[in-house]
Amino acid sequence: MADMVLGATKAHDREAARASRRHLLARIVIYSLLALFSIVYVVPLLVVFFNAFRSNAEISAMGLISLPQSFNLGAWPQAWSDFCIGGQCDGVARYFWNSVGMVVPATIISTALGAINGYVLSKWRFPGSEIVFGCMLLGVFMPGQIALLPWAYLLGQVGLANSVYGLILVHCIQGLSFTTLFFRNYYVGIPDDLIKAARIDGAGFWRIFFRIMVPLSPPIIIVTVIWQFTGIWNEYLFGVVLNSGSNQPITAALVALSMSGTSVRTYDVMSAAVLIAALPPLLVYFFGGKYFVRGLTQGAIK
Amino acid sequence: MERLKKWLPILVIAPSIVASFIYVFVFAGWTFYISLSDSTLLPSYNFRGFDNYASLWANRRWGVAYSNLFYFSAFYVTCAMAFGLLLAILIDQKIRAESFWRTVFLYPLAVSFIVTGTVWQWLYNPASGIQFMVNSLGWTDFKFALTTDRQNAIWAIIITGIWGSAGFSMALFLAGLRSVDQDIIKAAQIDGASWFRTYRKVILPTIAPIFLAVAVVLLQFAIKTFDLAVALTNSGPGISTTFPATYVYDFMFQRGEIGQGAAAAMMILAALAVVLIPYSLYLVWRRRREAGHG
Amino acid sequence: MASLTIRSIRKNYGSVEVLKGIDLEAKTGEFIALVGPSGCGKSTLLAMIAGLETITAGEIWIGDRMVNSVAPKDRDIAMVFQSYALYPTMTVRENMAFGMESRGVPKDQQKAAIARVASLLQIEQLLHRKPGQLSGGQRQRVAMGRALVRDPSLFLFDEPLSNLDAKLRVDMRTEIKKLHNRVGKTTIYVTHDQVEAMTLASRIAVMHQGAVQQFDEPEVIYNRPSNMFVAGFMGSPSMNFISAEIVSANGRPAVSFPLGGGQVATLPLHTGVADRTGLRKVILGIRPEHLSRQSPEMNGRAGMATMSAPVEVVEPTGAETMAVLKFGESEVVGRFSPDEAPKMGENMPLAVDMTRACLFDPETQRLI
Repeated sequence: MADMVLGATKAHDREAARASRRHLLARIVIYSLLALFSIVYVVPLLVVFFNAFRSNAEISAMGLISLPQSFNLGAWPQAWSDFCIGGQCDGVARYFWNSVGMVVPATIISTALGAINGYVLSKWRFPGSEIVFGCMLLGVFMPGQIALLPWAYLLGQVGLANSVYGLILVHCIQGLSFTTLFFRNYYVGIPDDLIKAARIDGAGFWRIFFRIMVPLSPPIIIVTVIWQFTGIWNEYLFGVVLNSGSNQPITAALVALSMSGTSVRTYDVMSAAVLIAALPPLLVYFFGGKYFVRGLTQGAIK
Repeated sequence: MERLKKWLPILVIAPSIVASFIYVFVFAGWTFYISLSDSTLLPSYNFRGFDNYASLWANRRWGVAYSNLFYFSAFYVTCAMAFGLLLAILIDQKIRAESFWRTVFLYPLAVSFIVTGTVWQWLYNPASGIQFMVNSLGWTDFKFALTTDRQNAIWAIIITGIWGSAGFSMALFLAGLRSVDQDIIKAAQIDGASWFRTYRKVILPTIAPIFLAVAVVLLQFAIKTFDLAVALTNSGPGISTTFPATYVYDFMFQRGEIGQGAAAAMMILAALAVVLIPYSLYLVWRRRREAGHG
Repeated sequence: MASLTIRSIRKNYGSVEVLKGIDLEAKTGEFIALVGPSGCGKSTLLAMIAGLETITAGEIWIGDRMVNSVAPKDRDIAMVFQSYALYPTMTVRENMAFGMESRGVPKDQQKAAIARVASLLQIEQLLHRKPGQLSGGQRQRVAMGRALVRDPSLFLFDEPLSNLDAKLRVDMRTEIKKLHNRVGKTTIYVTHDQVEAMTLASRIAVMHQGAVQQFDEPEVIYNRPSNMFVAGFMGSPSMNFISAEIVSANGRPAVSFPLGGGQVATLPLHTGVADRTGLRKVILGIRPEHLSRQSPEMNGRAGMATMSAPVEVVEPTGAETMAVLKFGESEVVGRFSPDEAPKMGENMPLAVDMTRACLFDPETQRLI
């Protein structure tokens, strides 16, 4: 019996060694692939980041993708307040603030409206509410090109053409479909019995909303705010069409900047400008990462 | 008072319904009407029938735009899906620092395609980008100048598009892989299926609906491609990387031909409808079938 | 030779010790039930037997092989999951064939095995359907079929009936028992339902907080539970526990506890239990069915003690009547036949079967 045990243990050891070797090999392959792909993803970001701190002479000499040899902060103030874009030479500051002034109100308003709409569509179903929801859903898929001419005309009529306020209106209305979708899907998961109990307790429409629904909403509010903020900040088409010149958001400024076909490319200033344009949503992403993903899977799979 | 209470929800949502209705139907209808009119620089409402569409399809540039769209969509959708699936499977192997990897692959989504396009434009520049770097490392014969090449500039857009969206498809696939009942995988282990066989015959078939959903979403993105084309190549060199969306912008706001621009916009809408309507019907049919089985 | 031997198995998740030294064995053809409340470690133990979890310390032997690091597919086992774990995109036939295909079994052997098992479980007409089209009971049988088709030396069941409704659970329980009688494979069956364990197993291992409390035949577990946990867990409604003292009554040892109104019940002990211990304070354990109404035939029967107690709640279930009585401060549940049913508020004269009563040490909680 003893030597049978011994034999079994030896075989077991060999088996165990082989299994762990296979496992190790698999791990090496997996991590190397991931590392390789992440290099492909991180390099562009690093390129922009480092080049904002290098002198332009060095960039021209050594190329964009090379280890930084100098450290230079000169590009930043230039990008912010000196650089010439489309005829005006006061940097991207103005466009940055245009974007801020557009994104913040639009996000807040569209999120609030989306919450109320989602609440109505999920908890106060009326005949035809499903159809209404379906129609609002269409707004998510509409290509922006269809709305360009009508918006241009409409904004002109109400005197909001070529202004940040006009863009706020546009993004509110267009964001409504998205935010309503998010909130409605989230609220459907809140038990109807809560609402029934509240109604028996005598609570009305608004009281239920503010005292029951809203306190349960922080996760979806965060997701929606992140999604809207990112989407509106990064939006280009409407910004460049409906507004012009100094009323455009920063995305349009960026295109104008990189399009300014001067023969001398000032990569350092342009990198700084790119970073200024990209930093707000990137920061939101890095700090709110998991909510970002949640919004993705919730919205897209539906 | 009771009557008011009953109508309150409808009243509250009414403005949004009206706004959405206008935004979806009225706007589309208006644009459609413009496409049938003789508008050039400003809207005019003389009915012209389908003249604008005829001149649209006769326009060589539209042909380039449309074929670019097909070419781009085919590669963009399949490769972004394949790459995203690969990343998702890698991350699903119970690795460490998962949120780190996810953050790395997903960050392009947080950033506008304008930014992505601009940065990649610099990278594609042979004088200072990738080609320059490889050359300076010693491989002086290396050529990588897609954006200056009329024939191949579309590849630059395809590659960058895949780069930007693979993370998105990865996130969706990962969610799908995670939703598979773990017991089924254990059963496959006991049944003796190899890792590969488990994925091929058990896990991936179970998440088949997600493949379709991802494909539809990516196709939708492809049809709407605008920011990327503008920032990366500005439809150039020449007109070789024109896309339907850039065509619309060009004709509506640069050339003062809003009639034809509107026609092009309607074509984009039609393309989206061709993708989305069958998919929605399929979803409804599938939901009904599932409900029937209980 | 034992079909399954578990020696000193320990399992840690980080710093948490989930299994604290388990020793078990199953002879060929035995039906062993692992029963215990959630969190006791029974599912973890089963997963380790299957090879789905790693072993921190100890050995697992299947037959004459130590299988500690052998992959699940090479352990010659089959498993039935609580959620059935049927491959949703494959038909029943494909589900059953999957394992054989993975192992390269020739097609005609596959067909024969599937035919044999399908007729055994009466699922022939379901072979072309997909799991989504089957009812709970049908899925359960397909899951068992998938396991049977493997013809393994060890069957593992992980709470297979927990997802079924009560009536179906009883039917399937009988089917599993019939199946085991016919097929006769060594089976390890995990459940939290002690009725399932009692009815199905040839031996039961009662687990609690990562250790085996008692491993014995069902009858022994029920009548001579080794500690208060086993006594309270097995049997429904559970055993009544009353704090009592050992006294001497008429020269013979007895247990005594206070009743209401200053009265005291004194129940003579039947066996020589009291002599074996020097304890004064004990915990008396009486199962509900060991209480009955006093009657002339009862008196004089060896081991019957008498007392009276007020009746607080009466719950007739048709086949029997449950009642809650008050023994002093404690509430005691009794199970009576309908003809001798207690009445609300009556001070019921009781006969207590002391041959079945258990005494426990109040400090160690072990059986005396």
